[in-house]
Amino acid sequence: MKLLQTNIHEIETAGELEKIINENENVMVCCGRMGPMCIPVYEVMEELEEERENVKFYTMAFDNPEAAPIRNAPQTRGFMGIPFTMYYKNGKVIEATSSIQSMKQVTNILDEHFSS
Amino acid sequence: MDTTYDVIILGAGAAGLSAGIYTSRARLNTLILNEGAVGGQMVLTHEIANYPGVEITNGYALANIMKKQAKDFGCKIKSNIKISNYDFSGDLKTINLNDGRSFQAKSVILTPGGRPRNLNIPGEDQFKGTGISYCATCDGDFFTDKEIVVVGGGNSALEEAVSLTRYATKVTIVHQFDQFQAFKHAIIEAQENPKINFIMESELKVFSGNGKLSAVQIEHLPTGKVAEMKTDGAFIFIGYLPNTEDLHGVVDLNNRGEIVVDTDMKTNVPGVFAAGDCIVKKYRQVTTAVADGTIAALSVADYLRSKN
Ligand SMILES: Cc1cc2nc3c(=O)[nH]c(=O)nc-3n(C[C@H](O)[C@H](O)[C@H](O)COP(=O)(O)OP(=O)(O)OC[C@H]3O[C@@H](n4cnc5c(N)ncnc54)[C@H](O)[C@@H]3O)c2cc1C
Repeated sequence: MKLLQTNIHEIETAGELEKIINENENVMVCCGRMGPMCIPVYEVMEELEEERENVKFYTMAFDNPEAAPIRNAPQTRGFMGIPFTMYYKNGKVIEATSSIQSMKQVTNILDEHFSS
Repeated sequence: MDTTYDVIILGAGAAGLSAGIYTSRARLNTLILNEGAVGGQMVLTHEIANYPGVEITNGYALANIMKKQAKDFGCKIKSNIKISNYDFSGDLKTINLNDGRSFQAKSVILTPGGRPRNLNIPGEDQFKGTGISYCATCDGDFFTDKEIVVVGGGNSALEEAVSLTRYATKVTIVHQFDQFQAFKHAIIEAQENPKINFIMESELKVFSGNGKLSAVQIEHLPTGKVAEMKTDGAFIFIGYLPNTEDLHGVVDLNNRGEIVVDTDMKTNVPGVFAAGDCIVKKYRQVTTAVADGTIAALSVADYLRSKN
């Protein structure tokens, strides 16, 4: 069941998440709620989705039990602020951030790891 | 995208989107440039229950409808941009972006709103998301059975401190003055909550920890004594600042940095108008921002008519 009302595709199951990160080279997944720290990150992703064809952008609901692989990832240990935003390259986590991020913070990560 | 417009609106919160709806409906070629997320502070609001004509909604939904209305009337919106400088001196106003793009318009409406104030002390950036939060509703549950501090003494600080007692075992409110700047009922509710205690006339100086926040240094202002306190988290609610730093010397501001306007939302610069939380006014609400934005848009239409 979809829990987020954004214009970005929402991943609903752990299986779908695994399939997506294994089948795509560069993937960004923002795992959050419809709250003030998360919405600005979804907005940034919406903007970037139009410009960055080499990156796949997804959301996942933090309260969806299927998001356990993100909530329990070693890279998010110690995170105490939503959203948990994950960056995957060829199926592996290469960066993870906690709480609100600006356009600049997101593009810095994309430029560093996902520049074509 | 064209680079010359009838009107450019700076900011896509309630004021800017309302202005955009009115100017584009009046067939003025309109561009909204927005530095953050479309919706502004509305998207910080989990629940809006006092917007007339709309039953309880969340800020994101309300903002999305306003954005759609503006776009449907032909308004162009570019968000997450960064402005490098403005030149409002001539008849044609110029706005330059950091990425090198430049836009011109015959008139401008400034609607940059406000943002939560940061403490700007060592460790604040480092522990954002690993112990420091600005949103109780978002992050409260990470602090279940933990001890936290809340910084601030206004309505938000006291109300959020009470809501955080649903999760935390102990909430310590740190406030710089000897009294709170909040409604009486909010003060009483916090004072009567057994999980809340208070450190008055004190300021946070440093956040520290290893990977995540574990302690804060607190200075008692009358004596200057600094003590360290162990904590699992810190929530900061110390008010809002107008987003007008870049407008010093561009338009008239008061000593709080708010833009000075007349009743038609005109600034001191011909062709430049302002609306919403950034202007000098007493009440900051979605309804008042919408009203200001409407007035500014209608004044722009008048101004452009008088120019033709
Ligand atoms: C937690 C919270 C709860 C609230 N609850 C309610 C409520 O229940 N009911 C109610 O009526 N009001 C509520 N308010 C107040 C209300 O949200 C605001 O008064 C209103 O949204 C202000 O709108 P605005 O358009 O003036 O500014 P903002 O919403 O601040 O929008 C300004 C926009 O401009 C952007 N910007 C900033 N600088 C620039 C620049 N230089 N150039 C371009 N863009 C720029 C910002 O990023 C932002 O997107 C609440 C506010 C908060 C923070």
